[in-house]
Amino acid sequence: MPRLDQVKVTKLIKRYGTERALAGVSLELNAGSMTALLGHNGAGKTTLLGVVSTLVRQTDGKVEYLTDGKQVEGLEVRRQIGLLAHASLCYGELTAIENLELVAGLYEINGGYTAIEAMLDKVGLDKKARQRAARTYSRGMQQRLALARALLVDPSLILLDEPFTGLDRDGALSLGETLGSLRDTGAIVVVVTHDLEAIAGRTDHVAILRRGQLAFEERGSYSYEQLKDLYHRHAN
Amino acid sequence: MNRAIPVLTVIAAVLFGTTFYMAITYADFDAALFFSQKIFYWHVPHAFMLFIATGMCGVSSLFYLKTRNTKWDDRALAAAEVAVYFGAAVLATGMIWAKAAWDHWWVWENRLTMSLILWLVLVGYVIVRRYAGASGAQLSAGLAVFGTLGIPFVYFMVNRGDNHPMPGAKGNVATLTGSMRITFWLSVLTFLFWFLAFVAMRIQSARAEREVRELREKGLDAGILT
Amino acid sequence: MSMLGHAVRVAAKDLRIELRSKEILYTMAFFGALIVVIDAFVFPSNKPDVVRLAAPGMLWVAMAFAGTIGLGRAFDRERENDTMRALLLAPIPRLSVFLGKAMATTMMIIAVAVVCVPLLALFLQADLFASPLILVGAIVGGAIGFSIVGSVFAAMLLKVRSRDVLLPVILYPILIPLFAAGTSATSALLREGSPDWDKATFWLGFLGIYDAAALVLSFWIYEDLVIE
Repeated sequence: MPRLDQVKVTKLIKRYGTERALAGVSLELNAGSMTALLGHNGAGKTTLLGVVSTLVRQTDGKVEYLTDGKQVEGLEVRRQIGLLAHASLCYGELTAIENLELVAGLYEINGGYTAIEAMLDKVGLDKKARQRAARTYSRGMQQRLALARALLVDPSLILLDEPFTGLDRDGALSLGETLGSLRDTGAIVVVVTHDLEAIAGRTDHVAILRRGQLAFEERGSYSYEQLKDLYHRHAN
Repeated sequence: MNRAIPVLTVIAAVLFGTTFYMAITYADFDAALFFSQKIFYWHVPHAFMLFIATGMCGVSSLFYLKTRNTKWDDRALAAAEVAVYFGAAVLATGMIWAKAAWDHWWVWENRLTMSLILWLVLVGYVIVRRYAGASGAQLSAGLAVFGTLGIPFVYFMVNRGDNHPMPGAKGNVATLTGSMRITFWLSVLTFLFWFLAFVAMRIQSARAEREVRELREKGLDAGILT
Repeated sequence: MSMLGHAVRVAAKDLRIELRSKEILYTMAFFGALIVVIDAFVFPSNKPDVVRLAAPGMLWVAMAFAGTIGLGRAFDRERENDTMRALLLAPIPRLSVFLGKAMATTMMIIAVAVVCVPLLALFLQADLFASPLILVGAIVGGAIGFSIVGSVFAAMLLKVRSRDVLLPVILYPILIPLFAAGTSATSALLREGSPDWDKATFWLGFLGIYDAAALVLSFWIYEDLVIE
């Protein structure tokens, strides 16, 4: 299974009826790099994430998914995407195990029950809780389940849509740490967030959107203060 | 398109005057309904246009969904709005006809029933388009495509006719003769030009809206507007 | 075929959730029963013959209303934790998602009919069981068509704020032929003496062709509709 090592976004335009959400955004997302996608509400972050995740069709422009310079398409691309949002993407009436079994089925993952148990061990979801309906979980446990769900498919392109919302400080920082380690194993990580503290020191690529356009883009390493300063200078 | 609108409008206006005059003075009186039959020259051509507009809306919607080219969306919307007008006129004149012919304001006559159902689909199109927010264009396109697919089913449903007992339908185009026949087909031509003029104008205004919006966006990007 | 396999997986997931909470099943069935009871009151019950002839219509009105509610709720569930996004993102043909949801919805609508038909037969002395074949054919044919068209639009409406109002606004104009055909097929059961097989075969065939056409069209445009 080819793992993605680059996603190339070129002159992306997206209109919703009369509204313009993206007005020609070009961006390169690379393996082993964590991109922070920043901007105000309505700046186009979520739309950009939607187009990259293949769930929103662009009005114009293109997104290329590359493996060794060769383009990957269709189901192959979706097979490589892991999504983590502030919603858990799991069914409340099903247990953690059942939720992951469904995912394993849809993604045709071998290893079955053992792989699922191993993943739940890895994210640290309580053994007893695994047999309970997911709607009874605390916010932190739900986040763990969501993380297990995203990692179970072993994605090479990890998209995060406000993953820190609703987490306490410790939870947010430990999630940030997990993302950092994923980045180090060669995944493409893209985070849409308002929580600059959680990604400070980990992100190495900052892109700030304003009114559907790329207002700022730079690679480097950033402290919390630097991120805050960049955000205030370019997002407004 | 721009230049076609005045031409179409003038042709439609001239034809309308001629047809109106002919319907009143030239065409023979109907043996049973006398003057009331004159509404036929308005009612039936409008029904034809309703069907043409519905088809146009359905086909354009399908192209829009498949290509996402907004030009098809403009066409579908124009056709739908024009069809809502033609449909309303068909139903109103149909009621007048029904009152004259059967002494009821509404009867479940085959073609009237079919017009009503088509009209409901198109009113649905306009409502969805208006109130569904950003995905309105897409949703209403889906509605139009399924609605158009349903036309043959509506036809068979209505003509099988064991849902509603219908009084014998009166006024068949094929039975028209002589002066009535000529007037009728001229009337169809008249409303065809009405239809074309309306659609052309509506497409034009949809385009103008888009251009204004794009200009505004350019202004915003350049920092001239806020 | 993996598309069908994944569709069954999606449907099984829906039914499993439903069997655990039974929320849709109970509310839909109760709502359907209420409509039947209200119908029995609002039509002139001092004329049993007239009311009996209206029984098929009542059945289909109840199925349409309860079905819309159930459909809306079944898709609302996919909205709660953004699971629809997850389903559409899975590396399976998107038609599997559509087919799976349609299968599960079909089952739930049939469940409504299972409650409403005996109630109508009981309250109105309508002999709806005169020919089980016609009855089952009409209900299953209607439920399938409703679920196919409903699943296409309900999925798309998830993102729209006024989806509860818009769902029937979109569905009912399209589904008029389906409801009329279902009603006619059911009313073939009520002919004096014996069921009207001629009429029943025509309308059952009509339903079958309608379902097939709706399915083909859905396959063709589902992905275009559901991806913004």
